[in-house]
Amino acid sequence: MSSSAESSFTGSALVKRGLADMLRGGVIMDVVNPEQAKIAEDAGAVAVMALERVPSDIRRDGGVARMSDPQMIQEIQATVTIPVMAKARIGHFAEAQILQALNVDYVDESEVLTPADEENHIDKWAFTVPFVCGATNLGEALRRIGEGACMIRSKGEAGTGNVVEAVRHLRTINAQIRRLRSADESELYALAKDLQAPLPLVREVAATGHLPVPLFCAGGISTPADASLVLQLGAEAVFVGSGIFKSDDPVRMAHAIVEATTHFEDAAVVAKVSTGLGDAMKGFETATLETRLAERGW
Amino acid sequence: MPRVGVLALQGDVREHERALNSLSVDVTRVRTREQLDEVDALVMPGGESTAIAHLLVTSELRAALVDRLSKGMPVLGTCAGLILLSREVLDGRVDQWSFETLDVSVRRNGYGRQLASFETTLRVREVGDVHGVFIRAPKIEKVGDVVEILASHDHGDGEHAVLVRQGNVWGCAFHPELTDDTRVHRLFVETI
Repeated sequence: MSSSAESSFTGSALVKRGLADMLRGGVIMDVVNPEQAKIAEDAGAVAVMALERVPSDIRRDGGVARMSDPQMIQEIQATVTIPVMAKARIGHFAEAQILQALNVDYVDESEVLTPADEENHIDKWAFTVPFVCGATNLGEALRRIGEGACMIRSKGEAGTGNVVEAVRHLRTINAQIRRLRSADESELYALAKDLQAPLPLVREVAATGHLPVPLFCAGGISTPADASLVLQLGAEAVFVGSGIFKSDDPVRMAHAIVEATTHFEDAAVVAKVSTGLGDAMKGFETATLETRLAERGW
Repeated sequence: MPRVGVLALQGDVREHERALNSLSVDVTRVRTREQLDEVDALVMPGGESTAIAHLLVTSELRAALVDRLSKGMPVLGTCAGLILLSREVLDGRVDQWSFETLDVSVRRNGYGRQLASFETTLRVREVGDVHGVFIRAPKIEKVGDVVEILASHDHGDGEHAVLVRQGNVWGCAFHPELTDDTRVHRLFVETI
């Protein structure tokens, strides 16, 4: 009737991907302090992303964006009971080691921070902590999964409040998956080459019709309708960065996006929670941007 | 054929559906009171218990579920679902509520944060060896006299129950839905 700790093991792909599975249908919110983390948890967020500045402020301030101060991450861990994620720079495995030492629940190897390595992403298999990575297309998603990512988020264009890039990336990934689904076995070699993705993962997607890890959506989601849109396009959960705490009424916006994410197929619910919300974040038209964060990473 | 609902507010709904679909039951998602009215039994999936509890209230499902549970509807809660069914929740939010239909005390994230999430082999009564996947799992710290323990695990700090049953109410600290083994679901379904 009993088992023991000796036969147990941690850090497996199953427990790493399993946490991503548990977050499905939920909202992961960017927070910069314990007060915001509390608001997020109160509103029904499934996790928070602890960072020093939300993407729209990173965009405004310029300079090098790095991993957050451990003290700030620890304060947020002490404040909420839900999982706490934090960002490391692309390729900066030492930042990721620090985040693992801090016992964060997920590391986001993120293009929102300034990349530390322009050739290599982090070897994520070397870690016990699971990683989420951004992707703009299927090849990029499968390369990250090949490196050990256990959750993919479509990148969108962080800090803009504009959902257009998120939609582009989700549609691209879905279209490329459909192409694999309809391919003949003998075509998969050339498709893998075109996608610049590992053949075994290409085969797996061709057989199953979905990524081997959960596909979430990030970058530019700033209204309940945006959340409903990307979920209907096949995202399994949403990351909301600047969209909540840069809106007129963050508490209401947080609640509304959580409701809209659960009831994304029920337009009556999305309409109800969208009513009288005040202004969403002002946002940017992406054609006017000087820095396209989505182009970081490869 | 019994109709089994999967509470689909948030969490690993799809995995439970897959497991149930391989058994002889009719599977449906529950997000509204009307959908709850139509099911004979309910599975409460893994996910974040605070988020699901919040959504139970905003979706006006809490009172309806209290009613169904009081009338003896069979229910299986895994991980977050177990927390929601428990009589007492330790280390939760100060305002954390639960249905209090299962006489156990659970400690949220009792085995630790994600780095401590683990896999192990469990011996389940009437079933045999089962692969147990524990993710930021709740720890069952106290079990009432009326609660039957079907499996337990010693994580280096003594034996703790990991699969329990009190009449029609089943609680599971691990995630049978994350493996291809459907025997725990079958045990539950056979009692409907």
